[in-house]
Amino acid sequence: MNILVLLKMVPDVIEELEVAPDGKALDTEFLRLIINERDAHALEEALLLKEKHGGQVTVLALDAPEVDDTLFTALAKGADRAVKITALEPGLTTRATASRLAQVLPTVPNLCPADLILTGCQAIDDLDGMLAPLLACELDRPYLGLVSRVEADPAAQKATVLKEYPGGVHGEFEVPTPAVLGIQAAEKPPRYIPVAKVRAVMKSQTIESVPVPPTADAGPPAVEVLQLAKPEATTHAEMLEGSPEEVAAKLGEILAARGVL
Amino acid sequence: MAGNIWVLADHWRGQLSEITYELLVLGRELAAEAGGSLQAILLGHNVKDLAAGLGAADSVLCVDLPELAEPSADVYGQVLAQLFQAKQPQTLLVPLTNALWEVVGVLPAQLQIPFVNFCLDAKMVAGQIRARCLLYGGKMEATVTAPGPVLLGILSGARLADQGRAEKAPAVEEVAVTPPGSSRVRFKQYIEAEAGDVDITQQEVLVSVGRGIQTQDNIALAQELADAFGGAVSGSRPVIDQGWLPLSRQVGKSGASVKPKLYLACGISGAPEHVEGMRNAALIVAVNTDPQAPIFNVAHYGVVADIFEVLPVLTEEIRRRQASRAA
Repeated sequence: MNILVLLKMVPDVIEELEVAPDGKALDTEFLRLIINERDAHALEEALLLKEKHGGQVTVLALDAPEVDDTLFTALAKGADRAVKITALEPGLTTRATASRLAQVLPTVPNLCPADLILTGCQAIDDLDGMLAPLLACELDRPYLGLVSRVEADPAAQKATVLKEYPGGVHGEFEVPTPAVLGIQAAEKPPRYIPVAKVRAVMKSQTIESVPVPPTADAGPPAVEVLQLAKPEATTHAEMLEGSPEEVAAKLGEILAARGVL
Repeated sequence: MAGNIWVLADHWRGQLSEITYELLVLGRELAAEAGGSLQAILLGHNVKDLAAGLGAADSVLCVDLPELAEPSADVYGQVLAQLFQAKQPQTLLVPLTNALWEVVGVLPAQLQIPFVNFCLDAKMVAGQIRARCLLYGGKMEATVTAPGPVLLGILSGARLADQGRAEKAPAVEEVAVTPPGSSRVRFKQYIEAEAGDVDITQQEVLVSVGRGIQTQDNIALAQELADAFGGAVSGSRPVIDQGWLPLSRQVGKSGASVKPKLYLACGISGAPEHVEGMRNAALIVAVNTDPQAPIFNVAHYGVVADIFEVLPVLTEEIRRRQASRAA
């Protein structure tokens, strides 16, 4: 079966995030981008499916800083083909990305229709929409999100898919393929790949670049960001300072006073 | 009608969810500002009884059809698009819940209107929605606007649910729609959670670990502290994803909602999906190396420190206090 995995670069929130001088976006000067964590799970689920059923896994991402590293890493993990979409307007929102992807995917040779399109169920910067459902609408494909297991039946052109509900409950669904799935978690943690192997792949494999065709379609009115700032908390923890011993003693007092001990 | 605010009711397995009441509170504020009515939208099958719980709204628009028994992108999307075209509300508030996940996801495309995700607050300014949204895992807050009508995806905790419960029964209008056809994605069954060795919802003390715990072996440090309290270890999503703790120990959106006497968050950043499951704990203490971590906005007490330095010392302190209490 043929699986297309969409990978997106997002800011690494482990790093300090700074706001640009205009006060409306992140300052990109020192911004470190990494793969959207849920997309890493989507790739893992695709690789697990390939191991079971054979076929081809293609990873595709929009051009962005550090994206080549992410695509080469995906190839090193076992993806067969990597595609980078170029010539995009800067600062595309998730919603605009969905419509631009729907436009460009059919122009990528030997790609569509993929039996499954997998991507993360959401990203931390999905301000104006989530990619998987919007793309499913654009392509008129069935869609399920919060997916944590995919059992494919390629011969019957369907998949049995588990979706997460509260309290550890799962819903089991039957999804006809081709379909778009938003992955919450792969069945196994995303595999680790040594840097040496990624470097080897950089020498032996290439990333295909595909420019997006120009568009005049403005789409629905956009969400306008008036201000981006660190959250102004209405409440904040009372901070305890000192050596670990001092902090532990203070906490001990507080817990005893609160009747926890 | 222009100016009306809609709240899409979330219900799962026969019960309205807490967030539905939270949205009704926010919706009431917006309706007052917009000079319109607050209407709850109730979709499902055999759900008419649930309408009685939506008394905080001026009225309930109900569509009850067998095809709506389980939420699906296809069918719910079609029905909501029909209602929307017919009634033209000003703003539609939708809860960011697991049950409605697909519906919320496709609605911007189905309705062809702007969508604002991760909203924690909203108001009307000069006739237009102005919303506050949590981005980047809660590390940044965006103030945004969009020309109406607008679809707002609301996070859990935007308002207090209790203020959205009302005794009075609302007027219920059963709306006839063109039959929506069947969903391409077919619901088969629910698979119940596997019972874990420990029920974290019943614990008085939870020592909860996040990405900061770094390795599975390090969880032993949290376990020692939990043992000193007579409590249990729980975790946030990244720890469960790595397989370091079973799903039964997960706190947050897809895991458990917990209300222990003490929730000790160790190396947990405090993304909205996690906070949803623990913000009602009686006492929250957070230890994190990042002073900007959003967990400090929900914790009562915070320590900016390395959990590997604090946990062993705190374990000794708790053991000492428990021993002297027993003596």
